[in-house]
Amino acid sequence: MINLIRSLGRWGLGTFERQGRAHLFLFNMLLGIPGLFLRFSLVVQQLFSVGVLSILIILISGLFVGMVLGLQGYNTLVDFGAEESLGVLVSLSLVRELGPVVSALLFAGRAGSALTAEIGLMKSTEQLSGMEMMAVDPIRRIIAPRFLAGIIAMPLLAAIFSAVGILGGFLVGHGLLGVDDGAFWSQMQAKTDLYDDILNGVIKSVVFGFVVTWIALFEGHDATPTSEGVGRATTRTVVHSAFAILGLDFVLTALMFGDE
Amino acid sequence: MPLVKIRDLHFYRGNRAIFDGVNIDIERGKVTAIMGPSGTGKTTLLKLIGGQLRPHQGTIEVDGQDVHKLSHSQLYELRKRMGMLFQSGALLTDLNVYDNVAFPLREHTDLPESLIRDLVLMKLQSVGLRNARNMSPNELSGGMARRVALARAVALEPMMIMYDEPFTGQDPISMGTLVNLIHRMNDAMGLTSIVVSHDVAETAEIADNIYLLSDGKIIEQGTTLQLKHSSSQWVQQFMQGLPDGPVPFHYGGRDYADDLLNPEENA
Repeated sequence: MINLIRSLGRWGLGTFERQGRAHLFLFNMLLGIPGLFLRFSLVVQQLFSVGVLSILIILISGLFVGMVLGLQGYNTLVDFGAEESLGVLVSLSLVRELGPVVSALLFAGRAGSALTAEIGLMKSTEQLSGMEMMAVDPIRRIIAPRFLAGIIAMPLLAAIFSAVGILGGFLVGHGLLGVDDGAFWSQMQAKTDLYDDILNGVIKSVVFGFVVTWIALFEGHDATPTSEGVGRATTRTVVHSAFAILGLDFVLTALMFGDE
Repeated sequence: MPLVKIRDLHFYRGNRAIFDGVNIDIERGKVTAIMGPSGTGKTTLLKLIGGQLRPHQGTIEVDGQDVHKLSHSQLYELRKRMGMLFQSGALLTDLNVYDNVAFPLREHTDLPESLIRDLVLMKLQSVGLRNARNMSPNELSGGMARRVALARAVALEPMMIMYDEPFTGQDPISMGTLVNLIHRMNDAMGLTSIVVSHDVAETAEIADNIYLLSDGKIIEQGTTLQLKHSSSQWVQQFMQGLPDGPVPFHYGGRDYADDLLNPEENA
């Protein structure tokens, strides 16, 4: 019993200590961001690797998610004779929920894991230490540009996901199931609000980008500098990011749409 | 006045004392070797001098400045005048040899690219790798990687350079090259060098002064000649690489015969 309490206490202390390190790490990253505007090329390079290289998976996934939404939505709506509203269903589902959430999950799997592995390997091969000894702060030179790039890339990827998804829904709805294209687009335009729907979706994806990139970079920086340690850190990035995305999605949805 | 002055250094990992009241003076313009068996904290000492670790007690002064009382920016200013050669080389793997050597120059100076090119080629020439400038770090052998790292470490013309196990895992030719380079760089550039190593012959060849570390303490200190003639059995065992002596061949524990005759007591 004593041992159980002791290990619980150890776990609790370890968790708090880790949380403390993660927040100090975040603080240092945020301090490094203003300096990046003088060397924006560092951010552009990272935008390419976390953003541009994630586009393919976002395009393909977005298209299929939209097509499935089109099929499932039509089957439900047609029972009520409301199949003309398919455009609204597809666009609201994507812009409010699926766009930010699914693209963030994909982003965590594609770019987040890559960031953790990259930083973890830089740590284990003493590249970060080497940089410190060359009087170059790795948090500002290596970590902060990746953090900012993640925050910028995430809403753009979510927007691409939603746009391609709507196109997928249209292809299935109009091309396969015969929904009127005018009704599809006009109802979508009429019922999708710029502020309530699109802006809230963008806010969600910015928050997800912030959290996922923070988790990925911290896990890499805090990884045990061995191949096993880096592997475990990469796994933790994907798992913790998924929990964070889904948990925060509920909180944000309750705040944004809870009183409708 | 020594360039690096270490006084009453205590450093612990968990309950284990890595340093237990260590005093070291690193003289300017000299090659000082810190030697000792694996796991005695030689690399830790370099990290303490570079301010990457903080001692639990004691002070480390570099060029008259207490490293652990400096602010973040003051520490980084000091590090511009300190070079460090890591065991792995610690080259940035996404940059080629040329860009690795140019990295500190680009980060800390506003020199035009044409001048940076000249400086990089001069540094690479001094380590014999000018024509390897377009290679990526993963194409280099261990010895070449360390030579590139050496060129990078001296790019900003530091006052001192710390070498972490520079000879480990090197073939005889690479080892000879590195010994020669460390010696030549120290003399030609007026550097102060700290070499952490357990390769006795190579280190003794270039060191002006040697400190022998064991169990968190300085066991012996002196020139190579003084150490070779030391009356300490421990020093003799270490310097001559004898398998048995004060540091026993067998790890301490139960008696051999007792262990064989009473197997049920094995835990």
